[in-house]
Amino acid sequence: MNNKRTLLKIAAALMLTGVSAVPAYAQDVVKIGLILPMTGPFASTGRQIEASAKLFMAQNGTTVAGKKIELIIKDDGGVADAAKRLAQELVINDKVSVLAGFGLTPMAFSTAPIATQAKVPMVVMAAATSSITEQSPFIVRTGFTLPQVSVGIADWAAKNNIKKVVSLVSDYGPGIDAQDSFKKRFTAGGGQVVEELRVPLRNPDFSPFLQRVRDAKPDAVFVFVPSGAGAAFMKQFAERGLDKAGIKLIATGDVTDDDLLNDMGNSALGVVSSHHYSAAHDSAINKSFVAAFEKANKGMRPNFHGVGGYDGIQLIYKALEKTKGDASGPALIAAMKGMTWESPRGKVLIDPDTRDIVQDVYIRKVEKVNGQLYNVEFDRIPAVKDPGKIK
Amino acid sequence: MLTILFDGVAYGMLLFVLACGLAVTMGLMNFINLAHGAFAMAGGYVTTLLMSHFGVPFLLCLPIAFIASALLGAILERSLYRRVYRQSHLNQVLFSIGLTFMAMAAVDYFIGSQQQFLQLPEWLSGRSEIGSMGIGHYRLFVIVICVVLVIGLQLILTKTRFGSRLRAAVDDPRAASGLGININLVFLSTFAFGSGLAGLGGALGADLLGLDPTFPLKFMIYFLVVVAVGGTTTIIGPLFASLLLGIADVAGKYYIPTMGAFIIYCVMIVALMWRPQGFFARGGSK
Repeated sequence: MNNKRTLLKIAAALMLTGVSAVPAYAQDVVKIGLILPMTGPFASTGRQIEASAKLFMAQNGTTVAGKKIELIIKDDGGVADAAKRLAQELVINDKVSVLAGFGLTPMAFSTAPIATQAKVPMVVMAAATSSITEQSPFIVRTGFTLPQVSVGIADWAAKNNIKKVVSLVSDYGPGIDAQDSFKKRFTAGGGQVVEELRVPLRNPDFSPFLQRVRDAKPDAVFVFVPSGAGAAFMKQFAERGLDKAGIKLIATGDVTDDDLLNDMGNSALGVVSSHHYSAAHDSAINKSFVAAFEKANKGMRPNFHGVGGYDGIQLIYKALEKTKGDASGPALIAAMKGMTWESPRGKVLIDPDTRDIVQDVYIRKVEKVNGQLYNVEFDRIPAVKDPGKIK
Repeated sequence: MLTILFDGVAYGMLLFVLACGLAVTMGLMNFINLAHGAFAMAGGYVTTLLMSHFGVPFLLCLPIAFIASALLGAILERSLYRRVYRQSHLNQVLFSIGLTFMAMAAVDYFIGSQQQFLQLPEWLSGRSEIGSMGIGHYRLFVIVICVVLVIGLQLILTKTRFGSRLRAAVDDPRAASGLGININLVFLSTFAFGSGLAGLGGALGADLLGLDPTFPLKFMIYFLVVVAVGGTTTIIGPLFASLLLGIADVAGKYYIPTMGAFIIYCVMIVALMWRPQGFFARGGSK
């Protein structure tokens, strides 16, 4: 992996020198440093965000308020230290005006101090632990938070005759967020969480944990695993015969990730999840977004990280328009606060107090549409603020 | 309870198939091959790609995975490994870990870093309940194959002429070649066979362990634990070690989920304190 990263770095360096060889109007270029996991187990997140960021720029041109936008993509390989180092390089050497990307929580946490010190806005597109935006006054989020999407399914479960639940999550920030907020909301709705299990993040072997779920005989199991691990989970869920034992699977939409949903096969049918985006979302904007995305990426379907990346770049564009091209950190952040726009997922707002995203959360069920699996939305909770920050 | 035991045995057996090739090269040929996992990964990818792109049935894929990995092992042995046999262990470690990184980067580049999935045939994917014990058919299948392998390997090593040649070639290469044993050929075939076993393990494990480009590194630790705990002079040692670790790992995750990933290392530490040479080591050997 190291070899490849070095290669990438050399390639990136070459590209940069190539760019700077052209006499640039230095003040008229706004650089965005996009730090993503392009290799390693979470590479699908990186691919999604890269594709959607490029799509947005292809659709909307690369000039905003008289400034030329330039995207510099770096691969952190899913390692927090690497993300921090890359951010440092981007700020110091490349003089980027905005840092963006951040596939997982640890990467966002490690980079936060750099955003604060350099006064560079940091647009978090994917990482979803609630407390990320509290790490620096320069962090803005365009993805989602786990508490935000977990409470939806907790309410749904409590209303739909599910009394006993075992929760099973990946053992890191977002997982713990999901587990806690689910429990809080579900018990408030009259349900009972009989057991809380945490699975190591880098361990695809869910079977002992699933056996434990099975032996606890709950009505349903609530699951969060990060995008990319969902398919392995679904497989083992079916293999262990939990569906036949009458245990329902409820989840955040990370599990029934659009990117992998078709690989999961029929065992995913009927899974109910809550999330802020589905590729099947019924709106004109989304339909054209999905069509353009699939066309530009050999049929790859956009997932929720893709939409987070798309909106992240969109937010930067809009903020630059508002500041009339002033790309200094404080000005951009001020412009981003309270920004609202129509995203493929529906109407979104950047909360001026927390810099976190406020959006609709949908309850969806996996169904077969035209021979393909989709998360079909059947209920909507409008304008959900991150519950993790409501003290 | 029994279900956990059963799952643990299946997991352990799988570890054994994956690791026993390493035990053979390390114990018998005195060569440290950290790239062992890369051969396992090759077997796994051969299987998933054949199944998804060419519709080759799963059962046929297993021998193909074995042969493909064995061939790969043979080619690399001829071209690369041979040069480092006589060098220091440090050089061997550096060489083989480098090879691992190259394999991972190559797979990542050509196939992509996403997890690979294979669709098991219908008759393997079910599950039966016998009393209180749930038996996954696929796990049962893995156990059966592994038991056959263990018996076969033990017989080959102890009863056949090839086995005694191999042991002779390792103990004293000069005397062995003086007796007319073609050492190069013995080493080549042993290495290829060990790689083939890893490939078979990778193919069998693709479904249970998951398969992505980080596979060789992720499971290298497990292989090394198996070999360290089991000792490298016999087949039975690694077998017991694999079973112990498999059961401990699965049971640990079941009964003490918060400790989950640590159990296996605790077991290793205890086992090594008790028998630093490995379970079945001949006393005082290297």
